[in-house]
Amino acid sequence: MRVGVVTFPGSLDDHDAQRAVELAGGEAVPLWHGDTDLGGVDAVVLPGGFSYGDYLRCGAIARFAPVMDVLVPAARGGLPVLGICNGFQVLCESHLLPGALVRNDHQQFACVDQRLRIERVDTAWTGDFAQDEEVTIVLKNGEGAFMADEHTLDALEGEGRVVARYLGPNPNGSRRAIAGISNERGNIVGLMPHPEHCVEEGYGPGLDGLPFFTSVLRAVVDA
Amino acid sequence: MGTVVVDVMPKQEILDPQGQAVVGALRRLGQSRFSDVRQGKRFTLQVEGEVTEEVLAAAREAAETLLSNPVIEDVVSVRELVEGEVASS
Amino acid sequence: MSGPTAYQVDHVERAAQTPDTTQPWAELGLKEDEYARIREILGRRPTSAELAMYSVMWSEHCSYKSSKVHLRQFGEKTTAAMREHLLVGIGENAGVVDIGHGWAVTFKIESHNHPSYIEPYQGAATGVGGIVRDIMSMGARPLAVMDPLRFGALDHPDTARVLPGVVAGVGGYGNCLGLPNIGGEIAFDPCYQGNPLVNALCVGAMRVEDIHLASASGTGNLVVLFGAKTGGDGIGGVSVLASETFDSTGPTKRPAVQVGDPFAEKVLIECCLDLYAAGVVAGIQDLGGAGLSCATSELASNGDGGMRVHLDRVPLRDSSLSPEEILMSESQERMMAIVEPARLEEFMAVARRWDVEATVLGEVTDGSHLEIFWGEELIVDVPPRSVAHDGPVYHRPLGRPAYLDALQADTTAGLPRPATEGLGRTLLDVLASPNVCDPAWVTRQYDRYVRGNTAQAMPDDAGVVRVDEETGQGVAVATDCNGRFAQLDPYAGAQLALAEAYRNVAVSGARPLAVSDCLNFGSPEDPGVMWQFAEAVTGLADGCAQLGVPVTGGNVSFYNQTGDTPIHPTPVVAVLGAMDDVSRRNRSGWQDEGLTLLLLGTTADELDGSVWAQVAHGHLGGRPPRVDLAAEQRLATVMVEATARGLVAAAHDLSEGGLAVALAEGVLRHDVGATVSLAGLRSRDGVDSFTALFSESGARALVAVPDPDVAAFEALCEEHSQPVLRLGTTDGTSMHVEDTFELGASTLREAHTGVIEAALARDVTPRHAATGRATGEGRRASGS
Repeated sequence: MRVGVVTFPGSLDDHDAQRAVELAGGEAVPLWHGDTDLGGVDAVVLPGGFSYGDYLRCGAIARFAPVMDVLVPAARGGLPVLGICNGFQVLCESHLLPGALVRNDHQQFACVDQRLRIERVDTAWTGDFAQDEEVTIVLKNGEGAFMADEHTLDALEGEGRVVARYLGPNPNGSRRAIAGISNERGNIVGLMPHPEHCVEEGYGPGLDGLPFFTSVLRAVVDA
Repeated sequence: MGTVVVDVMPKQEILDPQGQAVVGALRRLGQSRFSDVRQGKRFTLQVEGEVTEEVLAAAREAAETLLSNPVIEDVVSVRELVEGEVASS
Repeated sequence: MSGPTAYQVDHVERAAQTPDTTQPWAELGLKEDEYARIREILGRRPTSAELAMYSVMWSEHCSYKSSKVHLRQFGEKTTAAMREHLLVGIGENAGVVDIGHGWAVTFKIESHNHPSYIEPYQGAATGVGGIVRDIMSMGARPLAVMDPLRFGALDHPDTARVLPGVVAGVGGYGNCLGLPNIGGEIAFDPCYQGNPLVNALCVGAMRVEDIHLASASGTGNLVVLFGAKTGGDGIGGVSVLASETFDSTGPTKRPAVQVGDPFAEKVLIECCLDLYAAGVVAGIQDLGGAGLSCATSELASNGDGGMRVHLDRVPLRDSSLSPEEILMSESQERMMAIVEPARLEEFMAVARRWDVEATVLGEVTDGSHLEIFWGEELIVDVPPRSVAHDGPVYHRPLGRPAYLDALQADTTAGLPRPATEGLGRTLLDVLASPNVCDPAWVTRQYDRYVRGNTAQAMPDDAGVVRVDEETGQGVAVATDCNGRFAQLDPYAGAQLALAEAYRNVAVSGARPLAVSDCLNFGSPEDPGVMWQFAEAVTGLADGCAQLGVPVTGGNVSFYNQTGDTPIHPTPVVAVLGAMDDVSRRNRSGWQDEGLTLLLLGTTADELDGSVWAQVAHGHLGGRPPRVDLAAEQRLATVMVEATARGLVAAAHDLSEGGLAVALAEGVLRHDVGATVSLAGLRSRDGVDSFTALFSESGARALVAVPDPDVAAFEALCEEHSQPVLRLGTTDGTSMHVEDTFELGASTLREAHTGVIEAALARDVTPRHAATGRATGEGRRASGS
């Protein structure tokens, strides 16, 4: 099972995402922002970081990278894609997912071990979770508050596309405490927290991030 | 009700990483005619009543002391919002 | 504005013909005899470009002219045995230590104090950027950063400007750069009011065979500048800042500050690592303070020939810069490499892949001079060593400060101490004090997880990162300094800083291997300050010799004062240790009930300079705790061995606030309580309950051991003559000191948390430095 991990200039958690894929039992395939094909991978992770320095808007410049020209149609065609943090921002800027991520309401970067509830388990990336399972995943960002108009938020809730929600006090002012969403089909997931930092005992808070990466391996086999 | 517009730009001699990233992105999109981009900030300050000279003076002081950082930024203009111009979204 | 070609350059030929031209050497911070020496070296007057180079390279922070005579001790007192693990010592960009299995680790700490007072965000950000480039220039991948920070009083209005800006700057740069921030310190004292201390540490690793050095050798090899374009950043920042006082007459008199671009630095890191992997770099140097002046003269003087550079080839952000300004510019995110001509195309291909601009400026020559051209004109023609290494050396007058006798005589003996029933209240007051309270407001703004190798970060005793992903081999780093102790006795204070950092590393389970230091002091022109400096350096050098850990490099920052009042001597000491498997490291708090709590070390009545004296009485006087480095070494031996044998569940060193604070922090770490009795401690050490709880005696640690391992742990202690005492057990959710007090974890937490945010919420002031005096500052180091 081959999972591509895209490196943009300024990607930071690409190495971590590759390690998570390997620990889950997959083969991590590095993809470069300038690539014009996806090398036949079975799924793609857009990792966290500050692509192009996050200047202008987070994800706004990465969206125009050559690799996105091939990734966007592939994702629309059903390729499993997980955008983590900056990757989520890229997915929103690319209009593969609705809404936007804006500056945290407390105006600071925050790195915390965050409690979440997994609310949708029929996506390509969450199949190995139990419905409404509560997990602890690293959350670290400056612009992580999910924002969309009320109509869009109602639609996301109504269609069951809220994948993960923050528990406890809202950490960043995210609308309806949304931590992650999916497209209708469930192959594309955007997630603000960082599951790739929760895959190895002793390095990060537990192993709750691993199921995101095992799920996709199973989803690809089943597909 | 009046509105004062304050424009702040990074000083000419100061590195503007944001502008550099944008000009690079424009080039990759085939927009090569723009040789440089610098990114600044706009503030709109609302007052009850007219924008008088006194209001503008107060706005200038606010611009110099709080809205801009004189070490790295210049206040390039402090003026009344022109009718028809959009103050904010 | 005139273009570069229209600029009227002062060249060597002209300088030879016009010996009597008046030159602004004094304005550039040079002394009359220094200027005379430059003329003597060159046999003529310097050109204006040469004058710029000498002035910046002979400034305090580049030349170490006041500190050199003292810093020599670090080398002189390093024995052959201490050099055993040292691959690269003092004098390079950073020292390199062999941690075994083919891995080399490099680390260094530097200051960026004065720029951070002027522009807190950019000052702190570029401080991080600078130290990371030092580590990169050794051939290493940077692994993590740490940031020891010191500010004025927490409730002072200007702290509300400086503190958030500095923290946001450290975070903004480090987070975007993708390096985990694994620790540091945060301290508050009025002595830092007009002069915060912003120190930054970076640790990196490489395979032993991948070590790179800053030398330009091999005639015909090319000199390549790569990274960001050169602008007017911090022109004169080094030398003008270091030698002149500026007041508050307005923004125009402020020096141009450097602005950092962490994205450019991240790309530069990956580009450098690809260049190293391709084997196309023969020599490398980062550009920091003194920019091209420093990089060209250091590379050339460390090489075997001369160097020719065409300055007009430097890519500029601002085309109006003069050659002197280009030489002095401190634009960030730039590196200089020496490349064999046959490898240039490969070099350029790697740079292109990362979209990094690279320009060949010149070549290594078979001559002996550094020659710099501007177009056709030769504007610099100097022996490079005379610029980079053979600067002036001062033997500044020293004098023990007159106030010290009275200060040391003013002990805590006469201060009222709380009765037993007041000890709980005293603990809560101490926990809520700025120097002991929970620093989470600061540390949660830093990414501690990126790259996935962080085994431990704040609030544990030391930062621990994995170096080898296959084996788990890694390093632990801690930085410490108690400026109050150093004020009372700089010799002992420096040793106590060393002892605490050494202890923190060992208590985490790592074997201490090496030291880096950041020596923050007042003006060297003040004999009292110079005496403090000499005492601290001697103390540190003696301490390192006794502990057997070498100083591998560091930095000196002078002129840290508000008005005429110097800061407390603040010799920040960083200790690096190695572990074969970092997943075995000890956290500072226990997660399980039923563990036995052991206290290692002995407790004496040592409350002078303590947190208690500060919090309860606003008092600073007397003598700091006794230094016992043999005891520290014993403690370290026991902790390292016990950790390797898996006998330790948690361990926390005792420092500020003594046993009481260590216990409270252990309880708060995972909300698992503790019940302890002080009876054994009182009778063994002959101290009362107050002293048992709040004394700050050194060489102590609190260790939680699973029941089945207690006998083995105690036997290990006995084997090493390590005093050990059973204090109690972990249980419940409160801190219970039998017959004294019981405080619930929630009560402790209420006192301990939210202190910084509450103080910052009280004051909202404009973001800029209002007034104040800030003077010289050192960042780049040719060695300390």
